Amino acid sequence: MTWETVIGLEVHAELSTKSKIFCGCSTEFGGEPNSRVCPVCAGLPGSLPKLNLAVVEYAVRLGLALNCGIAGRCEFDRKNYFYPDLPKAYQVSQLYAPICRGGSLDIETGGRVKAIGIREIHMEEDAGKLLHDADRTCMDFNRCGVPLLEIVTLPDFRSGAEVIAGLERLREILLYLGISDGKMQEGSLRVDVNLSLRRPGGPPGVRTEMKNLNSFKAVGRAIEYERRRQTEILDSGGAVWQETRRWDDDQGESSGLRSKEDAQDYRYFPEPDLLPIEIDDAWLARIRADLPELAHQKRERYRRDYALSPAEAAILTSHKSIPALFEAVAALSGEPVEAARLMTGEIMRLIHQTDTRPEDLALDAGKLSALVALVAEGKINRSAYKETVEAVFTRGVDPEAYIAEKGLAMLTDENAVAAAVNAAAAENPEAVRDYRAGKEKAFGFLMGRVMKQLGGAGNPEMVKKMLRKTLDK
Amino acid sequence: MPDRSALALSAAIKAKKLSAAEVVSAYIDRIEKTGKRHNAFLTVFRERALARAGEVQARIEAGEELSPLAGVPVALKDNISTAGMRTSCASKMLEDYVPVFSADAAERLERAGMIVVGKLNMDEFAMGGSSETGVFGPVRNPWDVSRVAGGSSGGSAAAVAACEIPLSLGSDTGGSIRQPCAFCGVTGIKPTYGAVSRYGLIAYASSLDQIGPIGRSVDDCAALLSVISGPDGRDSTCVIDKPFEFGKTRGERLDGLKIGLPRNYFDGGIEPDVKRAVLAAAQDMAAAGAAVEEFEMPLTEYVIPAYYIIACAEASSNLSRYDGLKYGYRSAGAKTLSEVYRLSRSEGFGMEVKRRIMLGAFVLSSGHYDAYYKKALHTRALIRAAYDGLFGRFDMILSPVAPTTAYPIGENRDDPMKMYRGDIYTVSVNLAGLPAVSLPCGFDGRGMPVGLQLIGKAFSEEALAGAARVYQRRTDWHTRKPGGEAG
Repeated sequence: MTWETVIGLEVHAELSTKSKIFCGCSTEFGGEPNSRVCPVCAGLPGSLPKLNLAVVEYAVRLGLALNCGIAGRCEFDRKNYFYPDLPKAYQVSQLYAPICRGGSLDIETGGRVKAIGIREIHMEEDAGKLLHDADRTCMDFNRCGVPLLEIVTLPDFRSGAEVIAGLERLREILLYLGISDGKMQEGSLRVDVNLSLRRPGGPPGVRTEMKNLNSFKAVGRAIEYERRRQTEILDSGGAVWQETRRWDDDQGESSGLRSKEDAQDYRYFPEPDLLPIEIDDAWLARIRADLPELAHQKRERYRRDYALSPAEAAILTSHKSIPALFEAVAALSGEPVEAARLMTGEIMRLIHQTDTRPEDLALDAGKLSALVALVAEGKINRSAYKETVEAVFTRGVDPEAYIAEKGLAMLTDENAVAAAVNAAAAENPEAVRDYRAGKEKAFGFLMGRVMKQLGGAGNPEMVKKMLRKTLDK
Repeated sequence: MPDRSALALSAAIKAKKLSAAEVVSAYIDRIEKTGKRHNAFLTVFRERALARAGEVQARIEAGEELSPLAGVPVALKDNISTAGMRTSCASKMLEDYVPVFSADAAERLERAGMIVVGKLNMDEFAMGGSSETGVFGPVRNPWDVSRVAGGSSGGSAAAVAACEIPLSLGSDTGGSIRQPCAFCGVTGIKPTYGAVSRYGLIAYASSLDQIGPIGRSVDDCAALLSVISGPDGRDSTCVIDKPFEFGKTRGERLDGLKIGLPRNYFDGGIEPDVKRAVLAAAQDMAAAGAAVEEFEMPLTEYVIPAYYIIACAEASSNLSRYDGLKYGYRSAGAKTLSEVYRLSRSEGFGMEVKRRIMLGAFVLSSGHYDAYYKKALHTRALIRAAYDGLFGRFDMILSPVAPTTAYPIGENRDDPMKMYRGDIYTVSVNLAGLPAVSLPCGFDGRGMPVGLQLIGKAFSEEALAGAARVYQRRTDWHTRKPGGEAG
């Protein structure tokens, strides 16, 4: 008998607001320990939190993007526990009245689309970090008070592949909404995996919670490990313990951290230092109106409106800063297919070749669109085009000036082409013979000679026609 | 000099009849003379205060408009943060704690040209009604040093009663300004929740705490309240839009004022002398033209449990940060992290604080939350609604502050329930977030002061002060000073 894998996620996304959730300190990653700390985020006696409204707006953005219900009124609660990285000994979070409830995340695996339910999204503050060395532990509160959204899904995932697809989609949404940098390695995207097994259609099994997953790859490996571990236990007639487990990616295995019996009682209660948050319809409407088009919406539109292939659409949306450039070039040149070809081909190649971060691209859409128009109209050939794109990319040259200067415009002067054809034929009698003997390969060789003669600027169609005419005479 | 009101002192300084430094010196001399007797002051900053007096004097002489209290010395309860100056909450836990920032109220005093001369004794972390629970020993009542000063702002009330300071700040979570004022025969105002910033007030119970003034007259208190009230971007719960402005006195009449008198507050546990004095005050207000009408105060049996559940729940969370790791007391015997927590907190907190932390942790724990905390929140909503209804009928409610006068030191130390019952008339005002003014209204047979409170609807401080001012014009209870040491 088979087991069905049932997985739900708790994802913590660090928000990229400028300042922390309850004070004016910077949220920037890193920094000297305790250099981005004030009485509020250090939890000094007498300090009080002051809510950064950008956090609420970011939460609403994500909620709308995931089709959640947005609470008209929500509250913060205190989650109480002692730990050295938590200077107030409570974390301000949301339990009783979270900002978003319900919703869904569409994932695509194997060409199939599936909706994963979202239980809730809530806002909370991050804790600090403990720095251990040989004989002591130090506290760094820089991260205290960095805003987080916790996204809790329903147990709708059935495989590691679905989870990875879900996380990639979620990360993409966070990036396109401009609310998080989604970096798992820096801890700005953190994933806890709840996994259980059950007989297909049967009652739910006992679940475990997996922590310390620092990459998508680790998530996939940990899920596979846990699925196997639980399968072995159940197949041998054992019972799975409800527990929190810690993934060790170096060892490729997990170990139990704490069981349900050690579960802490967090003594949640409404945070009395903050007033309830009211989100009125006007604010909601404004945030909704300002929502950017998301990656999957763009892909759909590119396929529908521009007849691009799914692969092209995927490359165009693989980084947030590409679509804007693509859309501008497509609009200015009036040649979306050619523009897509430019972006997915030459530009992507140059990005990789020069190790440029897509967000640092400073390309002028006007120059690129002029170039696209030239190639589409047949005024330059492919090799001249490629050379000019590279010059625009690396040096920001003006394409028309560059083409003129380098003489890259296609030659349409029949006499010049005829002269080049005659010269090539005269210089390569052997090839001419081969061609006439039926060796088509020789035609390509002669084409190359003519083009070389023309400095690469010959119109290939014209050259081909005239060369055949001459040879077939 | 101690005979003069704070407002008169400031006027004399502005008229160059006195200098700010002379005034500060005179009060500090007095603290040095009688301070040990009352144990009201924990810290006195002589040098700093004198330097500050010089600055203020220069600003006044330069013609700067400061405030009607410019140049007046003031002292703060030791749970109100003062940057660079120890703020101990009268706890071993914070015995050496020096804040890096000042409370909003403290900053406002400075801006108004007042001179902070010291910090005042209290119950540990403001938990108590007698100012006996602090690590620095009990505050003694200036009217009878064998008796308590009330609490938790006992030092703030006793220092004013003993003429060691003309004005002070206390904090009121369940009666902690009003009750010591009643016990010490001085005047105090518990402002509406959200009228004075709590930024820098070391929290006991966040949804109930409020800083307020204590002085010798309602005029002085009102002037101080207008200095410390007002919006503060650092406290989201401080919802007032501008500082209070207290107008001039309305004469000696209360015509048209509808005062409710809760009949059931005068049955049961109240001492006969307290009842007599408060009812006499009610008659006096009626004689001044007020329409005094009796009514039945609802929910009285629920207010103390609701208050202690909510206050202790919040306290258990607020006081969790004192873990021995970052600041404050750390047990020398602790070897592991859990020992640092357990021993530092066991040794650093006193019995009453530990009692409230444990009670609060219990009512919030899963399995008890609904039965206690949630029910207390529901009760709180009912109390608010009941007050809303009452303020449809009355402008103000007149009630005793406490069922007894000041009792002997040590009497209630081992009977917390008896002590908690003493909060019966005050805690509902905090649960509903309302303002109340505490006024001296007589003495018991032993010569100990009796106090009354006038409770108003939210942000009605100006009306409350107006009525209290009329009462103080018609009576002289607030002008009496403790025997022997009267100045």
